[in-house]
Amino acid sequence: MTEIPEDLQYTEAHEWLRRRADGLVEIGVTDHAQSALGDLVFVELPAVGRALRAGEACAVVESVKSASDVYAPLSGEVVEANAALEKTPETINQDPYRAGWMIRVRPSPQGETSPTLSAAQYRRLLDEQRR
Amino acid sequence: MGRRTSLYDLHCALGARMVDFGGWDMPLQYGSQIAEHHAVRRGAGLFDVSHMGVIDLHGADARPLLEHLLSNDVGRLREDGRCLYSCMLNEAGGILDDLIVCRVAGDEYRLVVNAATRAKDLAWISGAATSRAVTVRERTDLAILAVQGPLARERAAALLAPDDARRALALPSFAASTIGGWFVSRTGYTGEDGFEVMLPSSEVEALWRALCESGVTPCGLGARDTLRLEAGLALYGQDMDENTNPFESALGWTVALDGPHRAFVGRPALERSLARGDARRLAGLLLDDRGVLRAGQRVHSAAGDGVMTSGGYSPTLDRSIGFARLPAAASGEVSVEVRGKLLRAHLVTPPFVRRGRVLIDLNPQSAEG
Repeated sequence: MTEIPEDLQYTEAHEWLRRRADGLVEIGVTDHAQSALGDLVFVELPAVGRALRAGEACAVVESVKSASDVYAPLSGEVVEANAALEKTPETINQDPYRAGWMIRVRPSPQGETSPTLSAAQYRRLLDEQRR
Repeated sequence: MGRRTSLYDLHCALGARMVDFGGWDMPLQYGSQIAEHHAVRRGAGLFDVSHMGVIDLHGADARPLLEHLLSNDVGRLREDGRCLYSCMLNEAGGILDDLIVCRVAGDEYRLVVNAATRAKDLAWISGAATSRAVTVRERTDLAILAVQGPLARERAAALLAPDDARRALALPSFAASTIGGWFVSRTGYTGEDGFEVMLPSSEVEALWRALCESGVTPCGLGARDTLRLEAGLALYGQDMDENTNPFESALGWTVALDGPHRAFVGRPALERSLARGDARRLAGLLLDDRGVLRAGQRVHSAAGDGVMTSGGYSPTLDRSIGFARLPAAASGEVSVEVRGKLLRAHLVTPPFVRRGRVLIDLNPQSAEG
């Protein structure tokens, strides 16, 4: 049902992280999150160059129903933001793990990171929440 | 667990996300809420609205009772089968509920009231009916489907016997008739043409399935909310309640003050309010910046502050719209506190969209004066 790619890491707040070969970390919201939010109609992204601290609210996704903060899962600098989402927020509904990526972050050398989950751990979390 | 309509199991089987609405477990959406919205604007959509209350009044005193209880004039129902939108007020002029009243036949009337106010309304009406020649009966045996959209009437009529179909298609706007044992009215809450059909609960699933098979899209309360918002229709409990009167709720047009003989509940309070001048009004807002208006957000205008009562994304306009209760003198440009930022919006006169057409100017230069 809900898609949880094996090669990504996850947070309890339903973000995903992709550690890329170039050292950047790509961040988005999970398939479960987009499904729970419903049709997305507005995305607000952080400015390129902004320094993020792990755990701080760094973006907003709003659906027809509600607004939700997206939290930075690690400290670092925003290197790229997916500006196309501002015109077509529904991309996150359609392709949350690829075209729906939100930001690319260069991790700070201190390496401060919120606790992350493996795909298996994230699946267990969703199963528990469903119960 | 909330109350359930006869179609609860079917909604779940269709994969609907269920939510509490006025104490009822109702479908919020079956798939994409925006797709459901567009289905109603462009084709035909189907809503289970069996959570709404149906109250029948019958007897020689039915009309005098309604003249006493309603701020609109049931005397305007000059023939059987006509419907009227009205508020029901308390002594202070506050809105107890908004409802549709239909003159079914002679001294027989039918009220359709909001789900969350059913019990309160029934108690209020029954109290007023004491020692009058009228029976008050809640029709919990009926289910209600709303079929809405430019193709809704023909899709629904195609399911009826030819004579019944002709009669249904001949119904004028805001008229109702018993057709083939069902009570069919040309009314709705979406800004599109369509029918609302009241029928025995035992028959509703077959009608639902037949409409779906004829290409009508099941729609949840989410789409119903964005449709009514675009149509400029206020929602009870959100845009109005017992602490607001019709003049503060953009519903002054429903108050029939003509003729001093109309001694309805709340009239003296309304007249005092009119003499003072309305302090507040319900205005339409169009957001000019990116973002989403939501109920509860603060609004700043040159005439003073107010609050959003409804807000959301308009799929037809691809902009955010809403209603706000503001000082009566507010006009033109306003700003709204959205998640810690001040966003620009301007006041417009609803409806935003009716019958598929955009009715407001999307250009902020021509804001309402």
